[in-house]
Amino acid sequence: MAVVFDRPKSLTDAKFHYCPGCHHGIIHRLVAEVLDELGLQDRTVGIAPVGCAVFAYDYFDVDCIEAAHGRAPAVATGVKRTRPDTIVFSYQGDGDLASIGMAEIVHAAARSENITVIFVNNAIYGMTGGQMAPTTLIGQKTTTSPLGRKSELTGYPIKVCELLATLPGATYLARTSVHDPKNVRQTKEAIKKAFQLQVEGKGFSLVEVLSACPTNWHMKPVQALDFIKNDMMNYFPLGQFKSPEEAK
Amino acid sequence: MSKVLMKGNEVIGEAAIKAGCRYFFGYPITPQSELPEYLSRRLPEIGGVYLQAESEVAAINMVYGAAATGVRVMTSSSSPGISLKQEGISYIAGSELPCIIVNIMRGGPGLGGIQPSQSDYFQATRGGGHGDYYLIVLAPASVQEIADLVKKGFDLAEKYRNPVMILGDGMLGQMMEPVDFGVETSGDSFDKSWATTGKNGRKKSNIVNSLYLKPEELEVHNRELEKKYLEIKSKETMAESYLTKDAEIVVAAYGMTARIAKSAVDMAREEGIRAGVFRPITLWPYPEKELNAATVSAKGVLTVEMSLGQMVEDVKLSLNGRLPVEFYGRVGGMVPTARAIFEEIKRMSEKFGGVK
Ligand SMILES: Cc1ncc(C[n+]2csc(CCOP(=O)(O)OP(=O)(O)O)c2C)c(N)n1
Ligand code: SF4
Repeated sequence: MAVVFDRPKSLTDAKFHYCPGCHHGIIHRLVAEVLDELGLQDRTVGIAPVGCAVFAYDYFDVDCIEAAHGRAPAVATGVKRTRPDTIVFSYQGDGDLASIGMAEIVHAAARSENITVIFVNNAIYGMTGGQMAPTTLIGQKTTTSPLGRKSELTGYPIKVCELLATLPGATYLARTSVHDPKNVRQTKEAIKKAFQLQVEGKGFSLVEVLSACPTNWHMKPVQALDFIKNDMMNYFPLGQFKSPEEAK
Repeated sequence: MSKVLMKGNEVIGEAAIKAGCRYFFGYPITPQSELPEYLSRRLPEIGGVYLQAESEVAAINMVYGAAATGVRVMTSSSSPGISLKQEGISYIAGSELPCIIVNIMRGGPGLGGIQPSQSDYFQATRGGGHGDYYLIVLAPASVQEIADLVKKGFDLAEKYRNPVMILGDGMLGQMMEPVDFGVETSGDSFDKSWATTGKNGRKKSNIVNSLYLKPEELEVHNRELEKKYLEIKSKETMAESYLTKDAEIVVAAYGMTARIAKSAVDMAREEGIRAGVFRPITLWPYPEKELNAATVSAKGVLTVEMSLGQMVEDVKLSLNGRLPVEFYGRVGGMVPTARAIFEEIKRMSEKFGGVK
């Protein structure tokens, strides 16, 4: 029988520990498929975050470094600057990238580090049990905004792509979602473009993927898809925020 | 190679290059800025990379990433910046990566001042960040010794896969002295099979990591580190003893303070007081045996530091009650004078010593 669906080579056979309905697994798979298709597995170094994806180094079958919370872009910089022939990507959540690691991501983009960032925005701190994130929506209930996030107290969710788009160093910025098959395909295209640009030495690329955390959103997986479509996409519009053509 | 006249801070940079280091990540801070400035000129000339990071936090994480790829890499800062680096240093120690971290100390706490100090001794010798770990801490006392210890530091870092700290002060950094860099070295002879450079045909991926969620596994990792630390303690201590053989009063001091202490001891000898200087070169591991050997004739030990008294604790621990230990310190960027140390030696010799 012909095999029509198989595990990408760039993933190990370790079982994901992610919750049912979590999108981390889908996004891992897309990254691995892209690495396979571009033939990059053998020269890739992945930087794992602190967050639910902390064990990414067990899942990606590439050399990996586990970074401190938020510091992945700096670690990636250290790798890329010493080994320019490697393909370097960081995989980061919204607490990791947009809160504690805001300085590192902004400056990596400003320097146009030739790296690729996979930014998983699930509007919450998943690993630590559902606290408010810098991307938590106004009104969204979390364990540290039990009555819903209020702008008077904690301001407004950060739109990372829009923010980084002001930097001449950012080469490619896109926000996508994986809540339905069409969007999964588009996410893969964006990830592929991001890595392709790195291969061509074009500079900093980031794909922000809106992602479900059914566990801490306290939703069924299907409800969580609706939350992405109706609530998250309303505040975080999908699209390309910087293309290599408009970069610099 | 012949001797050249150079400034301490720049010698750190050139010695690193002579040891095969081609990568430097840092953030400006007084009183060590001549070092990054020097390397920002020199490294591009020889195909290396100098990168000014957005903060010390980022700089040490760039070092972490670079070290993970198996190259020789260095960062430098001064006290407030070293505090910021502690998280990254802890990760580097936990992941067992080699690198050199330079701390040209200034007075604290807080923003403190910019004048020489030795008040980061505790931080340097007790790990500094979270978790059970040690840095190998080297304390040069001359420009030539800077060159020698930077070179040796890279070898120690790779031999033990452990971060090494060069601990100096602003005086040493600013001082001009002749220096001979000796032969060039590199890290090529050390095993790098663990480095994350892409699999390149390797079967298993390499992972650089300090996370062990299962307590049983973390304990094994901690015990492995302990084994390494014990080996370093037994093999790598270094110290200098100056006129200690017959000394009744031994002054224990490191770095620039030890040089001033030597002048004080010379003054004491002229007055017939049998005094000497014990100078630890490794602050961790502390040269316990060497200190005991240097104080066989002693009646008392005077510890002198540019702090409120930090190394004095290691002196007491090493002597374990065998001798009275007293302390003299200046702080805030004030430097002890040879005269003041001499007065202390004299006072102690009257208190503990025999008649001259
Ligand atoms: C310095 C530091 N501060 C806090 C933490 C605790 N912590 C672990 S994961 C996390 C948040 C992760 O959230 P996010 O980045 O959004 O990723 P997710 O788990 O949602 O995928 C926090 C605060 C830590 N490990 N280190
Ligand atoms: S807590 Fe949320 S982000 Fe983490 S694995 Fe579960 S669903 Fe995914």
